[in-house]
Amino acid sequence: MIKIIKYFLIDIIKNKVILGLTLFFLVTSFSLLYLDENQTKAVLSLMNIVIIVVPLISMIFAGNYYFNAYEFKEVLLSLPVARTRIILSEMIAVSISLALSLGLGLGIPALIFGAGSTILYLILITMVLSVACAAIALLVVILSREKSRGLGLVLLAWFYFSLLYDVIIMTLLMNFSDYPLEKFVVFLAALNPIDLCRISMMLKLDISALMGYTGALYKEFFSSLIGSAFTLGTMLLWILIPTLISIRIYRKKDL
Amino acid sequence: MGLMLWCTAHFLHAGSIRVGPEQGITSISGATQKALCGDTIWIESGLYKEGNIVLDKSLTLMGMGNPVLDGEKKYEILTVGADDVSIVGLTFINSGYSAMNDFASIKIVGSRYFKIESCTIRNSYFGIHVSNCSYGKIWNCSVEGTPDQEQNTGNAIHFWKCDHMEVFNNLSSGHRDGIYLEFVTDSRIQKNTSTKNIRYGLHFMFSHQNSYQHNRFLKNGAGVAVMYSHQVDMIQNEFQDNWGPSSFGILLKDITDSRIIHNKFIRNSAGVFMEGSNRCVIDSNLFQENGWALRVQASCTDNQIAYNNFMGNTFDVACNGTLVLSKFNSNYWDRYKGYDLNKDQFGDIPYNPVSLYSVLVEQNSAFLILLRSALTVILDEVEKAIPVLTPIDLQDLSPVLTPYPL
Repeated sequence: MIKIIKYFLIDIIKNKVILGLTLFFLVTSFSLLYLDENQTKAVLSLMNIVIIVVPLISMIFAGNYYFNAYEFKEVLLSLPVARTRIILSEMIAVSISLALSLGLGLGIPALIFGAGSTILYLILITMVLSVACAAIALLVVILSREKSRGLGLVLLAWFYFSLLYDVIIMTLLMNFSDYPLEKFVVFLAALNPIDLCRISMMLKLDISALMGYTGALYKEFFSSLIGSAFTLGTMLLWILIPTLISIRIYRKKDL
Repeated sequence: MGLMLWCTAHFLHAGSIRVGPEQGITSISGATQKALCGDTIWIESGLYKEGNIVLDKSLTLMGMGNPVLDGEKKYEILTVGADDVSIVGLTFINSGYSAMNDFASIKIVGSRYFKIESCTIRNSYFGIHVSNCSYGKIWNCSVEGTPDQEQNTGNAIHFWKCDHMEVFNNLSSGHRDGIYLEFVTDSRIQKNTSTKNIRYGLHFMFSHQNSYQHNRFLKNGAGVAVMYSHQVDMIQNEFQDNWGPSSFGILLKDITDSRIIHNKFIRNSAGVFMEGSNRCVIDSNLFQENGWALRVQASCTDNQIAYNNFMGNTFDVACNGTLVLSKFNSNYWDRYKGYDLNKDQFGDIPYNPVSLYSVLVEQNSAFLILLRSALTVILDEVEKAIPVLTPIDLQDLSPVLTPYPL
């Protein structure tokens, strides 16, 4: 299986898209850290980019690669290799390349400018988020047959996770403001990997505001050991569950 | 009158008495009984457990080599009821606790021209308790308690109905309030540090014409609260790290005609919270990394908020209504995205410091869960273009583009 992952990785690097992405992250992160004399502000701008751009890029990249490597997979399938291995290898290769691209692109400037633990945490959680988004995208494209429709659905998924979901939370909060929804909202946020990452990053950045009455509850929960385990565990679930479903479908799929 | 004249005459040839474990007089109470007005009692180092010592003459208590007065958790240690008293270089520990009386390490009642200098107070109920006094000085004292529940501890430095007090260079921590003033006028509170108190670092009510300068209020339970006072000057103080559900850098409640200038508000849940405050000047302050830099309730009118730096705050300004009668002028806002085409140092378009999202959070704090999400960014941009919910009048018409050197 390691061999298959290697082939996928070589294919991804040959593609050069990932190199472009790394360069993009490198330039963005470098310019933000270089231009903003106030590092907290730079971290905030970086976070805004990470929350919107990284899920989009990760999902499109993963979805696009699935279709681009279609012929390559056909060749592999003609060989005596289990389907599970092929799709799992592809997922792992895509994850590794995305995580590495983000880690290097955001990490190198951060290390050059002597960033603190906050920014390193931000990079780490971004890497996990990108893998989760790739897993979701993979599931979406496996469910669809054509490339155009698949990528359209991927875009829709991104739109749902980064915007629509928050609209739903907001509507809920507005309509049920008479009820104690705080705990329920924490649970809801966990059902969206982007929200979950955003909240766990936010608690590192905006502690003072979040120490308000409700914020105290969020902070208490997310910064406790149980909360950290919860965040990490949920993120892992967001990677594992879509991948497992993808494998199940791919095994029986009529290619 | 006769006593006063006699006392005054005696000042001219004041005597001195030594108290110490190896001296003829071994107790402070014994010495105070023997002493005449104007005498100095030199207290040598040692541990003195004498219950309650009452000082009803104009005397100077002078510590030599750090003598310790122990209240054994039962007594008020020193009670002063005379004018012209000086207490210098003593250490007080373990004053009594009572739910009925305000036991203190040093209690001063109805005195004029007293001075407490370089005293150390540990584990007290009230530290220094001053009532009905004028022209008093408290210098270089350190009052520290062991934090317990709010009910079981008194204030570190407590004033009630006083005037012309000077409180300089003291440290207070681990008490209910660090410095507490009620009905105190014409006083100066300078260079004090008040930290880790259970309730407020500084708390005053009905205390007019006072000035607070160069003080530091750090990590107090609920920050600083000042209420029902007018003509207060707060200059060059630091309010830092006051975090909590209802914690403020400073809470201004019914404060009028006051000046808040050159202060630093750093990392507080709310930098300044204003309620019912009128005609205040908030000028040249630094607001940095607070949850809310300013929360101005609709009950405030005619305040001038100008020449401040707002940097890295989660929310710049929040208010609970659409009617805002305070003026914002020439501040530096790090979120301002305007331009200065005519090069007059002021931005050409006004800055609206209240975002839609901060209005929503003000209405329902559960919205905090959406902080920094793409949705709120979009909503804020839309609201900027077509203001519906945010107060339109609350604008900085001349924001500056570079921060002031504060």
